[in-house]
Order: sequence, then C-alpha cells, then structure tokens
Amino acid sequence: MAPGQYSMDAKQHTMSPVVTGATVIGMKYKDGVILAADTLASYGNEARYKDVCRLKKIGEYTLLGAGGEISDFQYLSNLLDELADEDWLHEDGCSMGPKEYSSYIGRVMYNRRSKFNPLYNQFVVVGKKQDQAPHLMYVDHQGTAFEEDFVATGFGMHLGIPLLRNNWRPDMSLDEAKALVTKCLEVCFYRDCKAYCKIQIGVCTGTTVEISPPTTINHFWGHGAWTERRLEETSDSTGTW
Amino acid sequence: MAGTGAGYDLSVTTFSPDGRVFQVEYAGKAVENSGTTLAICCKDGVVFAAEKFLLSKMLVPGTAKRIFPVHRRAGMSIAGMVADARQIVSRARSEATQYQNAYCEEVPPELLAERLGLFMHAYTLYWSVRPFGCAVLLGCVDEESKKPDLFCIEPNGMVYKYTATAEGKGKQAAKTEIEKVLANNPELTCEQALVHVAKIIHKVHDEKDKDFELEISWISPASNYQAGTGSEHEVTS
Repeated sequence: MAPGQYSMDAKQHTMSPVVTGATVIGMKYKDGVILAADTLASYGNEARYKDVCRLKKIGEYTLLGAGGEISDFQYLSNLLDELADEDWLHEDGCSMGPKEYSSYIGRVMYNRRSKFNPLYNQFVVVGKKQDQAPHLMYVDHQGTAFEEDFVATGFGMHLGIPLLRNNWRPDMSLDEAKALVTKCLEVCFYRDCKAYCKIQIGVCTGTTVEISPPTTINHFWGHGAWTERRLEETSDSTGTW
Repeated sequence: MAGTGAGYDLSVTTFSPDGRVFQVEYAGKAVENSGTTLAICCKDGVVFAAEKFLLSKMLVPGTAKRIFPVHRRAGMSIAGMVADARQIVSRARSEATQYQNAYCEEVPPELLAERLGLFMHAYTLYWSVRPFGCAVLLGCVDEESKKPDLFCIEPNGMVYKYTATAEGKGKQAAKTEIEKVLANNPELTCEQALVHVAKIIHKVHDEKDKDFELEISWISPASNYQAGTGSEHEVTS
C-alpha cells in the first residue's frame, strides 16, 4: 500500500514475535529470590544475538526477567525506568518494591492484550524489599499474573518445572539455588534449540540486586547414545528420547 | 498619568516610553525579596544552598523545600515565589523525560536551560499571563563525562551560565563571598565547597529577618552524582 493510504481492512497488529528470548527461571530461596536466563535472542530458529541481557533491574529491589519478543521487553523496560525515575523524584523517603512493579507490569500487559495489541512476552518479576517476604510473580502476554515459589517461562515450563518440583525447598541456600537454576537452564540448553549455554543469574537479597556477568555452562555432547548410528539398527531401538 | 512610565506597568504587552516592561522588572523584585539561594559549580559537581525563612515555629523541619531534583543528575534551587517556581520544576522534569523518551539519553544541560528560558520568556509576552516571580539555579552533571554545569534562569527568560552565582536578598554579598572562596581555591571540590556555602548563607543572613532553615544539596561523587540523594537541612534559632 502506498504511504499515506489507509486500508479498508481491519487494523493489523503484530501478532507473532520476531526476535525472541527463551527460558527464564525464577525461584525463592532462603534469604531472597533468584532469577536466571540465557543470553540468546533468536530470530526464528536462528541463534541471532548471543549476548543479550534478558534480566533487568528495576528501582532498588526488583528484577525483571523476560522471555518472548525482545523489542517489547525493551519497550517495557523504558516504561519501567520512567516509572522508577518518577518515584525517585517524589523524594518521599519510600520507593516502590517488587509488589508494586509486578502489579504495574500485570496491568500494562492486560491493557495491551485488551486492545488486541499485546506485548509478546512472558515475564518473571522477582524482588525482595528490605525485611519483607520475597516476591515472585509470573506475567504473560495475555495479562495472566500469578505469584509462585518457583516459575519458568517458555520451554522451561516443560523442561525446568519438573526439576524444580522435585528439588526446590523453601530453605535452600544461595549456592544450592544457583546450582538448581543452572541445572534447569542446562537441561533446556540440551533439549531446546532456542536456548543457549551462556547464562546470567540475578539475585535479590532485600538490600542488593545483582546480575552476574555471563558465564558459560559446561556441556558434553559425546555420550555414546547420542553418537551411535541407530537408524539402520533393529526396529526396537528408541534413540535418545 | 503623570511622568513617563506611569500607567505602563499594568501589562507585559506594553513597553514604557523609555523601553522597559515594568511587570517583568517587578517580577525581578519578587526574587530580590526572597531568602538567598546560591550554587557553586565545582570541579566534581554542583552544590546548592538555600536560606529558608521560618514563617512559624511550628513548621515541620525539612518541609517546604527550595531545592528540587529535576532528573537523576540535575537539580534546581529557587529564589522568589516558591509556588511559581514549582511550575518551572515540573516543566523541567517533563522536558527531561520527553528528551529521554525521544533520544534515549539524558537531556544536555545547555538544552534544558534554554528550554526553561523559552518557557519563562513566554510568560512575558501575553496580557493574559503574568511573568514568573522567581529565578532558578539549574545544576547538572553530564551522564558520561561527569562534567558539571550551572545555569541561572531569570523571570525575563534570560539564561546565564555561571561557575557560581546567587539569587535573592543577599545575592550581592553572597556573590562577593563566593568570589573570595573561588579566588583562593579555583579547583574547589564539592566536599570543600559544602562548608563554604553553609558559612556564606549564615553570613549574608540579615539578623532583622526571621529565623531560617539552611537547606543544602549536592550532585557529586558523594551522592553518586544523583541530585536529591545528598541533602541536609539545619534549623537555626
């Protein structure tokens, strides 16, 4: 259609993501809450951008992890930065915590889906404000929002959640928690073609919010079952699945 | 209407025969009646101070502020009518956010100062509005280079760039004092300047005036270059 012309058809919105992030794992542990994601932004099935940070610090106590459309995540990040600045300008000695920010994100997402123009993301919003209980919330592109002790987005919902169900305890130490989220992402990396071996872990302790520099997880592809030629063999061979 | 000038002070849309706009000059008078405020652009940041008259013994300390943050690395101290100046503060804040949204970076100090100059000047052009009865000192630190800047914007819309300046009742005395300080130590840091600005406000305070509260704020390494993060107030009586 020529520029300046209008279509007689209904208005079209983006209804499918283009550049996407995959799994985010979030869980509470003994002293706070932890969030982890790999650093890949895929273009369809192509591993397009390999060092994109999908975790974002909001305000003083909150962390946001994003799966789905990266540009929508960036857009929401700008909204949140502006909100945090506004909050700071009040100089009233109090600032918003994870509850306020996750609720805000939930409303933005629901509002956008109600306009049939959703932000194509699955978010995990975590945080701990001073002595308050750790907070963890899942928000998706339809505005569905719920609180949980542990949560995963994308393929991690299928590959990570079983591990979390079996191994998560409320009294986990930080090291145990880091090991568990790393394990989840490792499993995702082996099975999900949009996952990556470079990961970042964010930790909220109530006083600090830290996002680790990217680290590469160990991976090994030389298992016998994976290297053997199975196709020509007997009909009862099952492959690795 | 006897004598030149008489009758020409009712509107900003009419010049007097000798080329003055009296309403704008009267706005300047409103600034001169207020408590002193001063700011120094140091080597590593900007320090603000304001003398706030206590209208009542029951006024809660630390309230009715005269120094405000504009964005993370910019602050403003005001002289004159505080209610008028809050309008400028709020305009400065929205200019800063708009620039941030459009260009994904902090608004350059010069531009912010010029925009506020235009804003204040617009209120000297129409009969339906009155000029702002305040002057503001705008201090910024550049996001990347950490280079500090200080501007003064007056009711007539003029924007001046300073290394240090003062507005309000004691502005002449305060400026002389700051000059002395800077002459002895041109490479002043915010931390060193802090003591000086407090002393100067105390020195230029007129004993005949009411008791005052000293309000100080700084954008410096000590406040992680954040406006409003470092601030103090002291009640004297």
